[in-house]
Amino acid sequence: MSTTPPTATQADVDAEISAASAAYDAELRAGTAPRTQPRLDYAPYRSSRLRHPTKDLHHADPESIELVAPVFGHRDVAVDEADLTIQDGGEPIGERMVVAGRVVDADGRPVRRQLVEIWQANAAGRYVHKGDQHPAPIDPHFTGVGRCLTDDDGGYRFTTIKPGPYPWRNHHNAWRPAHIHFSVFGSEFTQRMVTQVYFPGDPLLALDPIYQSIVDPRARERLVAAYDHDLTTHEWATGYRWDIVLTGSHATPMEQEDDA
Amino acid sequence: MSHVREQPDQVPVPGQTVGPFYGYALPVAGGEQLVPATHPGAVRLHGTVTDGEGTPVPDSLLEIWQADADGSLPRAEGSLRRGYPFTGFGRAATDGGGSYEFTTVVPGAEPGRAPFVAMTVFARGLLNRLFTRVYLPVDDAALREDPFLAGVPQERRHTLVATADEHGYRFDLRLQGDDETVFLTFPRHEA
Ligand SMILES: [Fe+2]
Repeated sequence: MSTTPPTATQADVDAEISAASAAYDAELRAGTAPRTQPRLDYAPYRSSRLRHPTKDLHHADPESIELVAPVFGHRDVAVDEADLTIQDGGEPIGERMVVAGRVVDADGRPVRRQLVEIWQANAAGRYVHKGDQHPAPIDPHFTGVGRCLTDDDGGYRFTTIKPGPYPWRNHHNAWRPAHIHFSVFGSEFTQRMVTQVYFPGDPLLALDPIYQSIVDPRARERLVAAYDHDLTTHEWATGYRWDIVLTGSHATPMEQEDDA
Repeated sequence: MSHVREQPDQVPVPGQTVGPFYGYALPVAGGEQLVPATHPGAVRLHGTVTDGEGTPVPDSLLEIWQADADGSLPRAEGSLRRGYPFTGFGRAATDGGGSYEFTTVVPGAEPGRAPFVAMTVFARGLLNRLFTRVYLPVDDAALREDPFLAGVPQERRHTLVATADEHGYRFDLRLQGDDETVFLTFPRHEA
């Protein structure tokens, strides 16, 4: 672990983000298809420097095991794990919030009865994780960990507290925008993904190397939840909608139906 | 009727790094034990994750997914709360030295294929998950004849094959560098 203090400023990192953005624009003008995923090699995110593969990913046709996914059920996930505000014998501090949406594949097919896991900082921007050194209070009534199974329409729904932004050590005075980490399984192992969902209007989004590693503006906006007044509940909680589209499955529609 | 695409051609959402703080959320007790150590045929699958300078990666998370010893595809729940029907799924975080360990069985193979364990890699500093395969050296002829392995450049093929040791199998992951592990992309994945 490096003990050298980070010397880059936010302005330095902003310049690197702008340069990466300009290089992507040039790529598009040269006729490259829009990127939908983050760059793995993204210099403004310092920890990516030695942790990204430098060789091209090798094309593989999925084999039988990769065409199915692990099965999770009520043995694995209790219904109340989807409510992060009732877990530790008291009410957590913060803005109570519902985050809900659907998990579908790239063909619009719902991912049914599959596992969604989340973890997040509390309202003060502090994780329960022992490695979190941010001097903000731990909330004794909030672990920030939730799980649920999607329903027959691919729907998921969590009740939680809006997470706070938090500092990190990528560069001097670096702050992560408020986010919730999501871990999602599809109906095939090839669809496995982990991501982060953000909130609209956060001024830190423009400054954040992790969010900006998704160099395509439309692609990164897919990680910003939408405020949804229909999910907001009277005198109880605000609501945000975020639909999760996974990569396409390799099963034919007929196989999917047989499986259902 | 169910063949009608509800919302055709949606674009997949981008991945993001698992970050540094998944450790109290994703790993579960027994997650790395697909079978108890006393299970007949139990083997240890272990190794180290290293970065482009060969430094161990202490904050990575590995998941494996595999067929049962007879080649059947597991359909049992219980990966998060083990009760020991074989679920085929395991999850292990690396320790302070970048090492991980699973206890599992050697999966059965499809005819004409070498047996492998599917693996997904997450880490702080890794902006999206990586897929790979852990081929197990139980049948040299099968390894030689496996059509997928045959398509991997010879000088990189060994990065996909575990080595036998006294406890089971060792599979090291190198995220970057000369001996970088072969990572996979599947049809319908996008850049
Ligand atoms: Fe985070």
